[in-house]
Parts: sequence; structure tokens; C-alpha cells
Amino acid sequence: MKFVDEFRDSTVIRELVEKLQNFSFATPVNIMEVCGTHTVSIHRFGLHRVLPENVKHVSGPGCPVCVTPNEYLDMAIALARMEGFVITTFGDMMRVPGSRSSLEKENASGADIRVVYSPMDALKMAENEKDRTFVFLAVGFETTAPGIAATVKEAKKLGLKNFYILPGNKTMPQALKALIDDPEVKIDGFLLPGHVSTIVGSNEYRFIPEDYGIPCAVSGFEPADILMGFISILRQIKEGKPSVENTYLRSVRPEGNIVAKAIMKEVFVPCDSEWRGIGVIPDSGLDLAPDYMDFDIRRKVEIEIEEPVEYPGCRCGEVLKGLVLPPECPLFGKVCTPENPVGACMVSSEGSCSAYYKYG
Amino acid sequence: MCLGVPMKIVEVKGDSALCEFSGSKREVSLKLLPEAKVGDYVIVHAGFAIQKLDEKDALETLKMLQEAGII
Ligand code: SF4
Repeated sequence: MKFVDEFRDSTVIRELVEKLQNFSFATPVNIMEVCGTHTVSIHRFGLHRVLPENVKHVSGPGCPVCVTPNEYLDMAIALARMEGFVITTFGDMMRVPGSRSSLEKENASGADIRVVYSPMDALKMAENEKDRTFVFLAVGFETTAPGIAATVKEAKKLGLKNFYILPGNKTMPQALKALIDDPEVKIDGFLLPGHVSTIVGSNEYRFIPEDYGIPCAVSGFEPADILMGFISILRQIKEGKPSVENTYLRSVRPEGNIVAKAIMKEVFVPCDSEWRGIGVIPDSGLDLAPDYMDFDIRRKVEIEIEEPVEYPGCRCGEVLKGLVLPPECPLFGKVCTPENPVGACMVSSEGSCSAYYKYG
Repeated sequence: MCLGVPMKIVEVKGDSALCEFSGSKREVSLKLLPEAKVGDYVIVHAGFAIQKLDEKDALETLKMLQEAGII
């Protein structure tokens, strides 16, 4: 398969693993990856086990479902219970436990909740069923946000009056800054997400090496891509020359996708946003811009929810900051498993706890 | 959630395209990538083409990164 097979070629991989293992460090080095797809790839192919001694891989807040706070889910559930409402969502959100229920449970008890592959599919449903009110759960990072923006723009063009979103998109660079500024967190290098970067561009992260002296590498998702990213970071640490290196040349440009960024800028404005386990990060979320505000369901109906609660003992917050590895959570594999998840990091297939449980 | 699949464009109709990936076909929006043409390989995420893939294979990427001293 073009663009896939070459990056799984065993000779290439062997050569890269050898290169990686030539590095040696006397003191611990933490590399953080901030992309759910990286988390899964790294565990599935066992790439965290070929790192040289003293080098540790941790997953950060890169799984959009995992960082979506309970309050958001509680609001989605409240909307699902309203008469004449249809909730449309990416499939990953279905099983995530909110404070007291989940979308899956609501669906089983009769709410109209539909999984869609694309926000455009939700728009088409709204066009075809004008007597119902459609709400799309707008979650995800910059990879997802431009498509949602384009969909809202289309809804406005069509003059649709029964299509809304529940804004919940988040942006990655601001989250990285908040993590670096957190005195508890110690990261020596970032493996940057390939598809978020495809949209925002590699230039967007230059503040990390320039202001904080931390090396970065943008990487793709195949084993060879990730190994190239690791090597780039370790080489930068050795040479003491931090920068943002792009090892995902086939997709990421320094300026990103300009059309997608422009659509995002037209439809959304930055807002403060709460990240599960991390707290509110200034300007790390996306709200609808004044011209598109009418598509925000929160402006149409009053959504009443009870005080959100977290499952006691869940250490998702620390897992998302890379402070503990999932097996260090006392609930891991006992009370909390993919079949019976307690926290979001276990329920999402891209969560760090789920990746550890499945692949070790 | 940010997984994207490389697909080949087989037909363009206005601002959407018919794309193919290992035998299966689906309609993809080109609203974020208006310059895409038939024959291009694009990364598709949640129904939108988000970037055109550069024709660089793994060996070539390796060579380029090695020459640039990146790996
Ligand atoms: S194992 Fe379960 S309870 Fe523990 S941090 Fe992960 S998701 Fe939370």
C-alpha cells in the first residue's frame, strides 16, 4: 500500500533502531508524545521498548477524548435527553463516562444519538430531517477543528436552522506551553503530532526550543516515522541545539495548511478551556466567532447539569501530564479495564491506559 | 482521533472528490484542500482531505534527513 508499506519496511526499521540505540545518557531523559495515534503506534509496535537506557517515553494530553472534561459530557447527555434532539458524534465519545452516565447508556435508554464519520454527515442528516434539532459534539484538536469550521460555514450558507454544535475543540500549542510552565512536569523533548502539525505547520512550535530550550520533532505515524522522530530529539539533546525538526516531510509544511487555518480563524475564536486532569488553560479552546455564534447550542437552550464529579482514585490527570505511567494507578487492570473503564484514558482506544492494557 | 488515511483521488466534483483506499471508495470534501487534483494522494481525516502527500518514500525521507543531519 503506497505511503504505508515503505514505512514498515523491516530493513529500514532495523537500521533506525540501531541508530537509536547508539545514544547513551547518564541521566534520565523524558520524551513526551502528545498524540493519541502516536500513543497507539508506539505501544502496538513496542517502540517504547527499543529506547536506549535512561530514555523514557511518556504520553501527554494528546487524546482529545481523554482531555474532554466531565462537564462537557454531562452537557451532551443533558442535550440528548431533550425532546426532539439528535446528538451526532465521533464514535470515540460514546463510551466515555460522564459524571453519572454515558452517551452509550443514554442511547440504550432511548435517546437519539448517532455516530458519524464526518461532521458533514451530521449536516446532511439535519438537512433531511428538518423537524429535529441536531447537535454535533465538536471535540478534537486542530486536525478536526477545520473540518468542523467548514461544516458550520456550510450550515450558514444553507441557512440551516436545526444544526448546532457544542463547542469543545482544543488547540495543542497552548497546552504544550501550559505543560512546560508546570513546575511538576519535566520533559526533555517533544514528539509533535503529525496531523495537528499538518494543519498548524511546524513553525507554530518554535517557541518551545526558542523560549524554553526544549528539542522537538514532528513525526508521522508509521514505526519508521516515530523512530526518526526519537532519533532527531536525542541528537538535538546530545548536541545541545534544540529546534523543531520535521521528520514527516511528506505531509507537514512549515506554514501548515493555510486554507484550513483561514477557515478556522473565520469561524472560531480562542477561548479558555478546561482540560481533564490539567485544569483551565488560557486560550486553548475554540468558541464560535460572533458571525457564527447562532450555531452554538448553548445560546439556543439552557443546559442544566449537576455538579460534575470524577471517579475517586482515577489518576488520569497525572497520566495526562506524564507524571505517572498507567500501571502506577492502583485501579489499572483491576477496577479499570477497557471492558469496564473508570477513566477516560482507559475508555478511549487512544488513551494511554488503554494502550498499556492492550499492548503493555 | 487524529488518524488520517492516505487516499488517492479518482474523481473531482466541485468541492468534493471520490477517493480510494485499498479498494474502498468514499466521498471526501476538498474544502480544506481546494487545489487537489485527480491522481493526488491526500491525507483524509473525518471526511476532509487535509493535505496533499509529497511523493517521498521512506528511503528517500531517510536519505534527506540523514543529509540534513537530522537523524
Ligand atoms: S487506569 Fe483507569 S482509573 Fe487509572 S488513571 Fe487510567 S483511566 Fe484512570
